[in-house]
Amino acid sequence: MNITTKVNGKEIAREIDDRTMLSTFLREELSLTGTHIGCDTSGCGACTVLLNGKAVKSCTVLAARVDGEEVTTIEGMSNGSLHPLQEGFKEEHGLQCGFCTPGMIMTAADLLSRNSNPSEQEIRESLEGNFCRCTGYHNIVKAVQYAADKMNG
Amino acid sequence: MSYIGKSVKRVEDKRFITGKGNYTDDIKLPNMTAGIFVRSPYAHAKIKSVDISAAESSPGVVKVFTGEDIAASGINGVPCGWQVNFKNGDTMKEPPHPLLVKDKVLHMGDAVAFIIAENYAQAKDAVEKVVVDYENLDAVTDPEEAAKGGAPLVHDDAPGNVCFDWELGDPKDEVAAALANSHHVTTLDLTNQRVVPNAIEPRSAIGHYEDAGDKFTLYTTSQNPHLTRLLLCAFVLGIPEHKVRVVAPDVGGGFGSKIFHYTEEAMVIWASREINRPIKWTAERSESFLTDAHGRDHKTHVQMGFDKDGKITALQSTTFANLGAYLSTFAPAVPTYLHGTLMQGLYTSPKINVDVTGVFTHTNAVDAYRGAGRPEATYQLERLMDLAALEMGMDPIELRKINFIPKFDGVNEPGYATRVALQYDSGDYHGVVDKALEMVGYEAFRKEQASLDNGKLLGIGFSTYIEACGIAPSAVVGALGARAGLFESAQVRVQPTGKVSVYSGSHSHGQGHETTFAQVVADRLGIPLEDVEIVHGDSEAVAFGMGTYGSRSLAVGGSAIVKSIDKVIEKGAKIAAHKLESRVEDLEYAEGKWTVKGTDKSISFGDVSLTAYVPHDYPADLEPGLDFSSFYDPANFTYPFGCHVAIVEVDKETGQVKLKRFIAVDDVGNIINPMIVEGQIHGGLAQGIGQALFEGTVYSDSGTLMNASFMDYSMPRADDLPNFEVDRTVTPCPHNPLGVKGAGEAGCIGSTPAVVNAVIDALWKGGHEVKDIQMPLISERVWNAMQNGSSN
Repeated sequence: MNITTKVNGKEIAREIDDRTMLSTFLREELSLTGTHIGCDTSGCGACTVLLNGKAVKSCTVLAARVDGEEVTTIEGMSNGSLHPLQEGFKEEHGLQCGFCTPGMIMTAADLLSRNSNPSEQEIRESLEGNFCRCTGYHNIVKAVQYAADKMNG
Repeated sequence: MSYIGKSVKRVEDKRFITGKGNYTDDIKLPNMTAGIFVRSPYAHAKIKSVDISAAESSPGVVKVFTGEDIAASGINGVPCGWQVNFKNGDTMKEPPHPLLVKDKVLHMGDAVAFIIAENYAQAKDAVEKVVVDYENLDAVTDPEEAAKGGAPLVHDDAPGNVCFDWELGDPKDEVAAALANSHHVTTLDLTNQRVVPNAIEPRSAIGHYEDAGDKFTLYTTSQNPHLTRLLLCAFVLGIPEHKVRVVAPDVGGGFGSKIFHYTEEAMVIWASREINRPIKWTAERSESFLTDAHGRDHKTHVQMGFDKDGKITALQSTTFANLGAYLSTFAPAVPTYLHGTLMQGLYTSPKINVDVTGVFTHTNAVDAYRGAGRPEATYQLERLMDLAALEMGMDPIELRKINFIPKFDGVNEPGYATRVALQYDSGDYHGVVDKALEMVGYEAFRKEQASLDNGKLLGIGFSTYIEACGIAPSAVVGALGARAGLFESAQVRVQPTGKVSVYSGSHSHGQGHETTFAQVVADRLGIPLEDVEIVHGDSEAVAFGMGTYGSRSLAVGGSAIVKSIDKVIEKGAKIAAHKLESRVEDLEYAEGKWTVKGTDKSISFGDVSLTAYVPHDYPADLEPGLDFSSFYDPANFTYPFGCHVAIVEVDKETGQVKLKRFIAVDDVGNIINPMIVEGQIHGGLAQGIGQALFEGTVYSDSGTLMNASFMDYSMPRADDLPNFEVDRTVTPCPHNPLGVKGAGEAGCIGSTPAVVNAVIDALWKGGHEVKDIQMPLISERVWNAMQNGSSN
């Protein structure tokens, strides 16, 4: 089938196998390998991207679903300068191996778009669909707080 | 400018936060195919036939290999890297681990065929078309059951499923006599349950054969690419080592599970030559659950005796260690030399015997997982201490303190020789405990605990630990059965412009070496951090390496870098002396320049570097260039230690456990980057707490792994954990140049018993004198323990 979608602000038209998952489409078709696949069953959140501004797990969204829609991946988060979340993860040591990081940043971006000043508990609850095995989440929470503070000026 | 001890932000972060990391599955090679394994759904079954005809004609399929093909090629399988002998001196049983099984599968997930297709979807379709006729056989998954007479056999040549039996310490009868004469004996039957490492990046391997140069490249998710190359070439495929390049690019977490050389790596390399095209295999998560080496899985009976003052008299520990169906690379070392040798803990125990039986079962392999043997040892000792304190009506901290080995720095006082073969380097065990108690507010806590009245029980649990890391002196581990040395190498290449490239055999997969190592180099050379680049993970760039595990990178790999820097400075001084028309002994090196002592005559590092490569005006007897390699073999293990404290709330009605606070005071020696060290501690804590409260495999009687997905296997999520309260003391390591000990495993070693002890303490305060609850402490188990009172 043919799909037309906007990824990181760019119009994309492609012919795809009907069963192609969004994660595979991004990684294989568009070489946007910042979106990672950790489980293929929505369990780990490493593949999280924004679909029309809302966080979705791209390993369980069909690429066909984004026909006519807008997708943002980690590669679309910085335009010249780092997004406050990217900056926060670096400043607060919110990443170690980096594999879960793109998914964490996209999930947190969704949170901050809904709640500009989340409490620690709200941050923790909003990230509960994303596994990190390296950091114990301690510094990830701080990274999101850093970004919220920065975005609130 | 000094970089040591500063929380420098990580230089590697930029690529990860912008989605530009380069993990194995991100790599695309021209003409690359996709490989998928057909895996056994049974734990123990005869293969009566494998019909691949439909798969072979499936769209896009390039080739299908079966166990017959592998057997016909003469490949024996993947070897074990550590030999443990039976008590009677016989060599352990060491059945090979075939790349594809021909006759009999021995665990769920055992590979029976390998399908290569043009793309992943086509390979996946073809898997469904392979027809394997299995004759299902009885299986055994529990190590104690497996070692009993009459259990189904995993390997015909390993009677009783015993791989080895092993003993360390004092004679058993002396320990038994000491226990019999003790004022009090605390006894525990513990299961240190099997857990799955679950690095969030699944394992992946790309085999790339290039016939033009008869060369292979393996891209793989490895913590130690050089060791993988050695095993792959010399022991599995018989390919000359110089014809194989192994690259471990960005690796998404390891925690031990990516140390080992796996069959899939050999399969993609071998098969890529057969089809003369690159092949990529990437594990699905369920496949990771079934085939990444698991951790722990010990069943232990342990007794500790005390005199009337609470002084330890003796310790007897008897363990059945599950090794799985096949021996993974370091599997035999984990329950023996990494576990038995730590059974003295921080205490001056007069008599100790540790007895371990390594057992085969119809399960996936068990090997090193964060801490590797040391968490199992610590779990026994620290559960015993808190329980003994409850039983004897003593304070758990006081009980520990009266048994602690006194402070020693390893310089003015000698190291401490234990009864179980180790020589601790330096330690101040009271220091970490006192600091932790201060952070807890111990007296106030005990008052709050006694007065709490809200339907909850409040508990506090302690754990003190020591670990042996900075692994390891090659001669020592060689004598203990290691089939490899455990040194590290580092090359420091000063470029003509004074910029520095460092090639390290340590592999970074989250530890931040690109920052920490650069801090060491920049600090020692007195140059800006930006002038230093750390290269790792590529056997073609790095001369040799033993990789990253056992909290060894900075202690061993960092020391190798220091050795090379020293050589650079030594040679640089000769060049500087020539240029300054001075004598070497009249020069001092500081802040990036050599200065003639007592004068303002100096020459910068950059000018000396340039002179080394443009040697027009140069010492006659000196070679050009400024580039040194070193191998560092440590004199001893390093011995970090610490005190961890958990505070939990247990719901009286449901048994639900809530971790309220976690305090960790660790002493990992000198610290280069506190931010990174704290991050390592945090991550270790989460995994150790995960084992206590959430994690554990469930095997059915027939050997099916019942929870082989993230939907079924529970791991800590962000809202399961509190903010950690972390601090440190500093007792330098006396035997390496940086004085560092290692921080990667500490959090995971100390935390597990602290959490379980806290729940037990809460239950005792509620009148339930429970000795043990099986981990993970899910509410059902805690609730049952409360209902059954002290009957456990």
